[in-house]
Amino acid sequence: MSDAETIYKTDALIAEDIDSYLDQHQHKSLLRFITCGSVDDGKSTLIGRLLYDSKMIFEDQLEALQADSKKVGTQGQEIDFALLVDGLAAEREQGITIDVAYRFFATEKRKFIVADCPGHEQYTRNMFTGASTADLAVILIDARKGVLVQTRRHSYLCNLIGIKNIVLAVNKMDLIDYDQAKYDAIVADYAAFAAEIGIKDFTAMPISGFKGDNITTNSANTPWYTGKPLIEHLETVELDNTADQSKPFRLPVQWVNRPNLDFRGFSGLIATGSVKPGDAIRVLPSGKTSTVTKVVTLDGDLDEAVAGQSVTVCFADEVDCSRGNVIATADAPPEVSDQFEATLVWMDDDALHVGRSYWLKLGTQMVSATVQQPKYTVNVNTMEHLAAKTLELNAIGVAELATDKPIVFEPYAESRTLGGFILIDKISNRTVGAGMLHFSLRRAQNVHWQATDIGREVHANLKNQKPRVLWFTGLSGSGKSTIANEVEKQLNLMNRHTFLLDGDNVRHGLNKDLGFTEADRIENIRRVGEVAKLMTDAGLIVLTAFISPFRAERDMVRAMLPEGEFIEIFVDTPLEVAEARDVKGLYKKARSGALKNFTGIDSPYEAPINPEIRVNTVEMTPVEAAEHIIRAILPLK
Amino acid sequence: MTRTLTHLERLEAESIHIMREVVAEAERPVMLYSVGKDSAVMLHLARKAFYPSPPPFPLLHVDTTWKFQEMYKLRDRMAKESGMELLVYHNPEAMERGINPFDHGPLHTDMWKTEGLKQALDHYGFDAAFGGARRDEEKSRAKERIFSFRTATHGWDPKNQRPELWNLYNAKKAKGESIRVFPISNWTELDIWQYIHLNDIPIVPLYFSAKRPTVERDGMLLMVDDDRFPLKEGEVPVERSIRFRTLGCYPLTGAVESDAKTLPEVIQEMLLTTTSERQGRVIDKDGGDASMEKKKQEGYF
Repeated sequence: MSDAETIYKTDALIAEDIDSYLDQHQHKSLLRFITCGSVDDGKSTLIGRLLYDSKMIFEDQLEALQADSKKVGTQGQEIDFALLVDGLAAEREQGITIDVAYRFFATEKRKFIVADCPGHEQYTRNMFTGASTADLAVILIDARKGVLVQTRRHSYLCNLIGIKNIVLAVNKMDLIDYDQAKYDAIVADYAAFAAEIGIKDFTAMPISGFKGDNITTNSANTPWYTGKPLIEHLETVELDNTADQSKPFRLPVQWVNRPNLDFRGFSGLIATGSVKPGDAIRVLPSGKTSTVTKVVTLDGDLDEAVAGQSVTVCFADEVDCSRGNVIATADAPPEVSDQFEATLVWMDDDALHVGRSYWLKLGTQMVSATVQQPKYTVNVNTMEHLAAKTLELNAIGVAELATDKPIVFEPYAESRTLGGFILIDKISNRTVGAGMLHFSLRRAQNVHWQATDIGREVHANLKNQKPRVLWFTGLSGSGKSTIANEVEKQLNLMNRHTFLLDGDNVRHGLNKDLGFTEADRIENIRRVGEVAKLMTDAGLIVLTAFISPFRAERDMVRAMLPEGEFIEIFVDTPLEVAEARDVKGLYKKARSGALKNFTGIDSPYEAPINPEIRVNTVEMTPVEAAEHIIRAILPLK
Repeated sequence: MTRTLTHLERLEAESIHIMREVVAEAERPVMLYSVGKDSAVMLHLARKAFYPSPPPFPLLHVDTTWKFQEMYKLRDRMAKESGMELLVYHNPEAMERGINPFDHGPLHTDMWKTEGLKQALDHYGFDAAFGGARRDEEKSRAKERIFSFRTATHGWDPKNQRPELWNLYNAKKAKGESIRVFPISNWTELDIWQYIHLNDIPIVPLYFSAKRPTVERDGMLLMVDDDRFPLKEGEVPVERSIRFRTLGCYPLTGAVESDAKTLPEVIQEMLLTTTSERQGRVIDKDGGDASMEKKKQEGYF
């Protein structure tokens, strides 16, 4: 224990000269690392050992641990360190790690935050969570088992998310009698795999988390091992968080600080580079330029601030700048684009819906995004590229995606902040995927709109009307088509140029290749939206009558159109009324089970939360409903 | 020129970033303020995050009426100094039934704190609440995300937490649902003390040793903070040199005998001690191994 004591905290120094100790501790750097590997590789045991050896475990915790070890531990009468870190009741019951746990310890040189990541494939998203903030990864291998599927998977993920320092800890050496030949074979096996997936360098070491070999000091059991023990390696490995400071200045704006009329500052965490008063900056995406006047903090203005610091900066000019904008060095600004290629990691039980609109959050920017069919997914066991229609839970693939507005970005390899993003489902609000941008697609940069001389305003003026999409949504049998038809008749009498799109004229032509799966239904609505948009460009008032049960798809169409041109009309008919009408006999079929995925029966209908117009077909006749709608959209020009 | 940020600089930047994200994305955020050392640091970070503006949210103290008198004093002073609105909430039912730690055991925490917090959040319609919990405090806290999602009934599902990547936080939620946000998740007890020391942050004097009237019960040293403390027959308060490592309701918080009168001395004592800081708290022990996890599922912070 005396060796461990000198490494971790010097009780003598604390006792004699607390001020010196505090001064020393205050200037320590921080290393964040993860431990990962297969189930039962001993990750939790290793962390328990690090905490125990660094005296981060107190007597009361140790007593509880000893009692627990005897009760539910897997190490006989000895202390089961895993029980220290598996904190959730379900984890302790099942003896597995479900979610990432963060632990803290310090040595004389450094402070550490270690994320203990689960090995089970079904909890990969939790492992990814832990890896995304790590500087280093300790990949554990059970010396008895060698390189396993999970080892490969986790190594691939660590490399994908950009962890440059990899430690291969061949654990449980005590159980193979510290056999050097076996150890060398495992390391050679791993090296071959690592080279294949692009890991340039890693540090291998033989350890036993349970017995403590090569953790704090070199073990007498492995005289053939000449490298550093684990702790020493963690203490001395070079940090890459200073590397970000030498890149060009980038500050994603989180919040505009305006306490009074005399102060206007922009707050954010500096992603890369540094900033000082006098620096010329450019605000993206607008491209407007100004000069930094001061860098403000509660403790006084700063002469300079660097990557990793949270600051508030002020400009010399009244430049338009708000949340989501990026402040960058004026002569080397980042790119702006709306179409990208990216690697995606899918994290939700509900698979990716190609074409559906998701929220995409990148830095402080939040936009709508749609993902194309993946180019391929990666089989992490073989590194093979496989064709795929979608991405299922835990799948990793490469796909193109498009955002509804241009965003400021950099390739992930250059900036985690401006290249890493998450996808959020618009209905469940869950984080369903994470992605890393590769590059923007050339077509977004170079394919400019052909500027036509006769624009949409000219078309609309000629028709003496304001183009609009009247989007009717409601249950089957609610009366959408009937009312839409009536509205069109009345508009026609008013000399307006209209067109009605409904299931019949679309399904039989444009969309006859589509079926009724969820993905096809999304694509159906997307195409209807695009056609409706072209028709509004032509100056028409477009009426559409589709059940369109999902909010996300209706919002997708809304986002395609200029503000104010999408009029959502909720044909509000209770299910029992629509079912009683059952004009086409579909409800009967659905109730008998002959018709699957029928909206309102075994597929949900998400009613509009805030429709522009709501008509109640129980209280109004179709003609009354149509008149109500016409009144609501007046004036027509 | 590059320079390596210290661990405290990195932690501070992270906490400030988190608070600004919440203010930008939540509709009605609030900061839970318990007047302890962690709350003190959290409040200081909030003032840094929004300076020169005052933090754009109120402070909420879910009170039990059983806190130490010195805590109430500092609470009112800090609210005034920070320029923030202070909301104090008392569960009306607990008030009416006179729920107290001497007669009602675990029900005291349940009604005043767990229920009181839920009621207060619903009452004011807050959709995001900052809390000063740290991951090094307790095993289930070590597993919790920084943005911790709660259902409309304030439930926590530890097995189904949202992935949380890089520093991208997902604050989207349906109406009625809320998010508990822990900006100092990654700070340790030592970091908190060191930061208080470096920034000269005001804390409740009870953290420092002084002669105080105490009685010993069930192996715990309790301070007789006011005349509501029911002394048993023959029990006479004894003046001892004590201080507190954590602060809660005075009848539930155990003191330690100590001579540490300055911050460095307090830190010194903490580093050389052999028991964890929550050891003095009764609350963690009822209900066995997973007691905090269970409490959190029920809505405790």
